[in-house]
Amino acid sequence: MMRILAFCCERGPGEAIDLAGEKRMRYPADLTLIQVPCAGRVDVAHLLKAFREGADAVVLVGCLEGNCHHIYGNIEGRKKVDRAKQILDEVGLGGQRLEMFHVASNQPFRIAELAAEMASRVERLGPNPLAVKE
Amino acid sequence: MSARSGLERTLLGGKFAVTAEIGPPKSASAESVRRHAHEMKGSADAFNLTDNQTAMSRMSSIACAAVLIQEGLEPVVQMTCRDRNRIAMQSDILGASALGVRNVLCISGDHQTFGNMKEAKNVYDVDSVQELMILRKMRDEGRLWSGDELETAPELFLGAAANPFADPFEFRVTRLAKKVKAGADFIQTQSIYDMDRFERWMALVRARGLHEKVHILAGVMPLKSHKVALYMKNKVAGMMVPDTVVERLKSAKDAKEEGIRLCVEQIEHLRTIEGVKGVHIMAMAWEEKVPEIVKRAGLRP
Amino acid sequence: MIIGEQKRLEEISGMLDGHRGILIAGCRSCVAICLAGGEKEVAVMAESLRLISSLRGKGWEIEEAMVERQCEKEWVAELRPRIEGKDCVLSLACGVGAQTVQAMYPRVRVLPGLNTSNMGAPEESGIFVEKCGGCGDCVLHLTGGICPIARCAKSLLNGPCGGSQGGKCEVSPDTPCAWEEIYHSLESLGRLDLLEEPIPPKSWLPARDGGPRRIVRKEAVLTEEQKRLKGGKA
Repeated sequence: MMRILAFCCERGPGEAIDLAGEKRMRYPADLTLIQVPCAGRVDVAHLLKAFREGADAVVLVGCLEGNCHHIYGNIEGRKKVDRAKQILDEVGLGGQRLEMFHVASNQPFRIAELAAEMASRVERLGPNPLAVKE
Repeated sequence: MSARSGLERTLLGGKFAVTAEIGPPKSASAESVRRHAHEMKGSADAFNLTDNQTAMSRMSSIACAAVLIQEGLEPVVQMTCRDRNRIAMQSDILGASALGVRNVLCISGDHQTFGNMKEAKNVYDVDSVQELMILRKMRDEGRLWSGDELETAPELFLGAAANPFADPFEFRVTRLAKKVKAGADFIQTQSIYDMDRFERWMALVRARGLHEKVHILAGVMPLKSHKVALYMKNKVAGMMVPDTVVERLKSAKDAKEEGIRLCVEQIEHLRTIEGVKGVHIMAMAWEEKVPEIVKRAGLRP
Repeated sequence: MIIGEQKRLEEISGMLDGHRGILIAGCRSCVAICLAGGEKEVAVMAESLRLISSLRGKGWEIEEAMVERQCEKEWVAELRPRIEGKDCVLSLACGVGAQTVQAMYPRVRVLPGLNTSNMGAPEESGIFVEKCGGCGDCVLHLTGGICPIARCAKSLLNGPCGGSQGGKCEVSPDTPCAWEEIYHSLESLGRLDLLEEPIPPKSWLPARDGGPRRIVRKEAVLTEEQKRLKGGKA
């Protein structure tokens, strides 16, 4: 079973997820959501730890550019994702497993989209060698 | 004071001096130096030997100078500050002098990151102004910088470089004055293509009376093609090449001939500028053209 | 401040080969400011190395510790309980810190996680620039407050050289020409007169060229009597 961990900002993305739930939109069951006050709050160490704990892919979901309640938390989040991607490439896991997405509160369909995108990357790259066997 | 070298004698005599440049080889054989010496004999009063130009090891300037002396030509040894400390510099000058070298050009030298041994340690114990001070003390006081007395003092005609095309423009003449204070007897400038800027610089030089304190030789470099011109324009530090020059070479039927013609025109113009006592011809990888240039410009024989 | 950069993960990984109990020690001083060895950087290094260990079966057991200033023995002494049982310390402090830890724990191998570079300052967030040449004979009063030893690529004292163009050093378009900056600074200060006289050759004796340096503040050195009274601890 594929495991995708999503750190989601509670504002734009959080509201989009709620809306998706209301509309009974389907998204892959193996998407685990962790709400954070802002995408910028997630550290590089958190992103890396997610992979150590067996995630096949990780996403950081922030608000649209220019819409961050904390002014540029989403920009900081982007920079951390870039740094973590670099490390993931260096250790040999593959930076492609990690990505940043921007989602507005009225874009519930984007959640399923980004999950599908990451699922197809995992298909291509293979499961995380550190994934705990069920 | 009698002239310490043939070059100085020419300048003191009021004759328009000519110096040219020979690039030392990447070789343990001085054959190419002898060949250039034969090609260029008589076309200039003295010949510069560059010192590990662009920070790439070549036969040393002093060794090449010794070869030129054997062939009956007068050398100008170039000594940069990049590769040797004051101890080595003074030692090399004593040796060079013993071998017959009289003209020495003191320059900072291209930084070693220009070359292909960038990992080398950077010396720069002294800069070109300080180098002048050291050499002048050896010549005038017969002492090393440490104060040690020299059994025989070297006879030296000291030169320095000047770049009217580097920045800040306002400061360039002050720096020239500094070099004169430190002991420069003659100056060779960077190659000139922007004649306006050079004339403005000379005006400032004359305003400070420097043209009477130091012999200024204006630098020229014949360009083989518009590609060489572009390379000089974009890739070489401290060079200013106007687009008009690039265009002229590009649209010429015979770029080489155009390059020579342009060089001759420049020399003819430079002779008319007050304070310019001679010309320094840098024909990079084109040394064999110097006799022709000199003849067409009416400088020699 | 001292500025350094982390070594590449591959290099660090190679150094850690054969070790098992590893303590990553950061420092809250200079390297925290230049984002090379502070708490967050230690955390990221730990996670990166744990990933490598799991993926490549290295068997590393990695722990993290912070030191207030890794160059001072009093603070490095506090690491003792954390070093117990470890066979190696990966220091993310500058070379001075790494050496201090090694000297205090001679039986535990200390590895340098950083390449210590220079003495400089932050120019803007994330950008750290070399400022001081550590020459032991400061001439900032002659150069309008700009160090010609560190900031001029050729350490000229009578600059600029002929390669200065557009305010940039011939070495790189990112490097300002220090002598252009000196000129403008002296101009603002109304002291262009300082550029008229040639500055003679510098004595490099007080610099690293004269040998490793040792500076003594006599008034602070404990006498033998004091050391005895303190019970042998300086």
